[in-house]
Amino acid sequence: MATNARSENISWIRGFRRVSVAPAFGFALVALLLVWLAINLAKTPSDFASVALEGLTLGLVYGLIALGYSLVYGILELINFAHGDVFMLGSWISFTVAAHKIGLDAGSSGFAVIWGLALTLLVAMAFCGALNVTIERLAYRPLRNAPRLAPLITAIGMSFILQNVGLNRLGPAPVSVPNILPTDPVFSIGGHAYRWSSLIVALTTFPILFLLIWLVQRTRQGKAMRATAQDQEAAAMMGINVNRTISFTFLIAGALAGVAGLLYALYSTNIRYDQGFQLGLIAFTAAVLGGIGNLPGAVLGAILIGLIQQFNEGLSWHAPSSQWTQSIVFAILILILVFRPEGLLGERTPEGG
Amino acid sequence: MTELPEYRRPWWDRWAEILGEPRRRWRALDDRQRYQVGIVLRVVLLGVVVYIAWPLALLVLVLFLAQYAKPYIPDEYAWARRMLVPTIVLIVAVTYPFYVESLPVMQLFGAFPDVNTAVIMGVYVIMAIGLNIVVGYAGLLDLGYVAFYAMGAYACAWFASVQFSGQHIKFGAVGVGGSTPGIHISIWVLLLIAAILTALIGIVIGLPTLRLRGDYLAIVTLGFGEILPQVANNGDSLGGFNLTNGPNGITPIDSPGFFGISFQEGSGSFFTGPRLYFWFVLILVIITVFSSLRLRDSRLGRAWIAIREDETAAAAMGVPLMRTKTWAYATGAFFGGIAGAYFASFKSSTFPNDFSFNISAFILSMVILGGMGNVWGVIFGAAFLAYLNQEGLANIGHKLNQTFGTHLDVPLYQYGIYGAIIVIVMLVRPEGLIPSARRQAEFREGVADTPLYDTQA
Repeated sequence: MATNARSENISWIRGFRRVSVAPAFGFALVALLLVWLAINLAKTPSDFASVALEGLTLGLVYGLIALGYSLVYGILELINFAHGDVFMLGSWISFTVAAHKIGLDAGSSGFAVIWGLALTLLVAMAFCGALNVTIERLAYRPLRNAPRLAPLITAIGMSFILQNVGLNRLGPAPVSVPNILPTDPVFSIGGHAYRWSSLIVALTTFPILFLLIWLVQRTRQGKAMRATAQDQEAAAMMGINVNRTISFTFLIAGALAGVAGLLYALYSTNIRYDQGFQLGLIAFTAAVLGGIGNLPGAVLGAILIGLIQQFNEGLSWHAPSSQWTQSIVFAILILILVFRPEGLLGERTPEGG
Repeated sequence: MTELPEYRRPWWDRWAEILGEPRRRWRALDDRQRYQVGIVLRVVLLGVVVYIAWPLALLVLVLFLAQYAKPYIPDEYAWARRMLVPTIVLIVAVTYPFYVESLPVMQLFGAFPDVNTAVIMGVYVIMAIGLNIVVGYAGLLDLGYVAFYAMGAYACAWFASVQFSGQHIKFGAVGVGGSTPGIHISIWVLLLIAAILTALIGIVIGLPTLRLRGDYLAIVTLGFGEILPQVANNGDSLGGFNLTNGPNGITPIDSPGFFGISFQEGSGSFFTGPRLYFWFVLILVIITVFSSLRLRDSRLGRAWIAIREDETAAAAMGVPLMRTKTWAYATGAFFGGIAGAYFASFKSSTFPNDFSFNISAFILSMVILGGMGNVWGVIFGAAFLAYLNQEGLANIGHKLNQTFGTHLDVPLYQYGIYGAIIVIVMLVRPEGLIPSARRQAEFREGVADTPLYDTQA
């Protein structure tokens, strides 16, 4: 396109003017952050280590949600606002199936817990996947050729609808989930226990991530997804069923949201009808931080965001504390979008990100 | 793409497109059939309105008649042609407080909105028109409009309450005792101050972010819209300084007034408080509508529309993109600030919880429902949804529960209903109920949507 050629031609002029300020500002911020972390590490090493571990665990759960945003954005260039609420409904269905239908609670035996949770996982993945595909079919596909903002606005509307479905099912108050996973400490650092439940949650995410990477990089369907993401028309000419590929992507994204919903319910033992909006935005920030459309980047960004959140809430020396978490996450989002919209791992493209 | 032919697609796949069906049917008609269907639709609309309440139907009928009478006005009274419909609407609106008591109860919706609700509707109309400048004219999706509303409300609260009790500043405030601490500036001055302050905030937010592409811009504005209320919430000890009084909010806020009459108390049985608030919000609405229309037709407004339709072409024609977009932002913020300040003064309080993302989406759904880019549509959408929000949903829910014997708390699901409105409008009639002709063409034919600015720093 002519626009790209133009920006490439004069990029050195703009670079001369702007790039000198933006990275300097960015480096200064990161340096400040590192100094703050180092001082905290020196002051209370055990706190720091346990907070970092919790942050890592939380970050992995965020990563599952962030992958959903990234997958959909990669293929449709659509910020799927409803994704966070699909995740919330994943939490709801996991809670319903595990606690009410199967009847798991803190006292269940190990065998029952393993099989019960495996079943719950399957149900949650299937439910959220199907939900996501339905949303795409009903709300996004008719707008495929509409102005770009139309599906985004629809996604916001969908998000509200799903949130109110959750409100109807869960009620306005937070619902507490029984401690199904064992809460004994695996090990403890300076008095802070790292629980089995956290470890299991963290470990569950890895096989799923590898499965996803295998799916996208090695299988035929993954190749179709990548081709569709690059150029829908060319992909269609090569015999790829674009609509089916997009539906498949939404299915995968929804299934990941279902996994995340279950893990989050187990990890935080507290679910709420509006968690989808908040965590969805945090996960979206993570996806942008890592480079939206880039799958490893989404996980990296999510881990960073999880760490930042836990450091902010858990450290003692000059931490802004949890009432500022959201502002910090959004400030990161804004800074990244303004100064480096391609994210940490993304490539610099003329369109930017 | 690779669509199967209609007869080979499974039933569920065809059902999924049921929302698009009316549009497809409409497209299949020729001009004569469209005219006939248009007549039928109008009669049906009138019938529904007659069923709901006859005074509304009378108003709709008068407006229709005025519309049809327009061409018969001779050319030397061309001004009357333009003024006819606005004058009728204005007379109906100004006299509203006098006859609202004697209006019959509407079917389904319950009683007509009382004067206090009408004030809130007016405030939302101002906000929606402000957002319409950003979204409808300039085509920049702003998901953080509530930040401007919050800014206006807090600007009003700071300078017209006992918040800064260390200060003793008074300037034209009505109904404030001589020994009351705090800053008390006349609300009329404050409306302007709040609006200008908010416009400045709009410029500050806009300058770094307006280079971004449409959806990124939406997210960044959403970020600002989330940060500002949180700052308000945590602002009771910003380095030990109590800026916003935290979650407890700032209350009470002075009420506007003139000639020593405070709007809170009113004066006598004619100039009651709500009536005064109502008439002045009407004046604000008129000013907003007038400036919005004039702006649309100005050089700046045409530049906004050009940018919305094709950024690259607009830039090639010499439209300065950044400056034009920033102006759109500042103007939208300006009206948001006025509305926020007036609303804060009307409620006599401002709380951080009033400024959630939901409000942004609520105002956005007003603009979408009414018709992006068309002031009259936006006014209708804003008034209708604000009324639903204040009274309508509760009444409808009450009626539904009575009829079907259910126990559904309809107002609880208000945002789900607005979400459904957004989705359905975007799918069935993306140009809104009362679209502008230009916007309608864009949605029908599609526009080039590639941004000129790349998002690199």
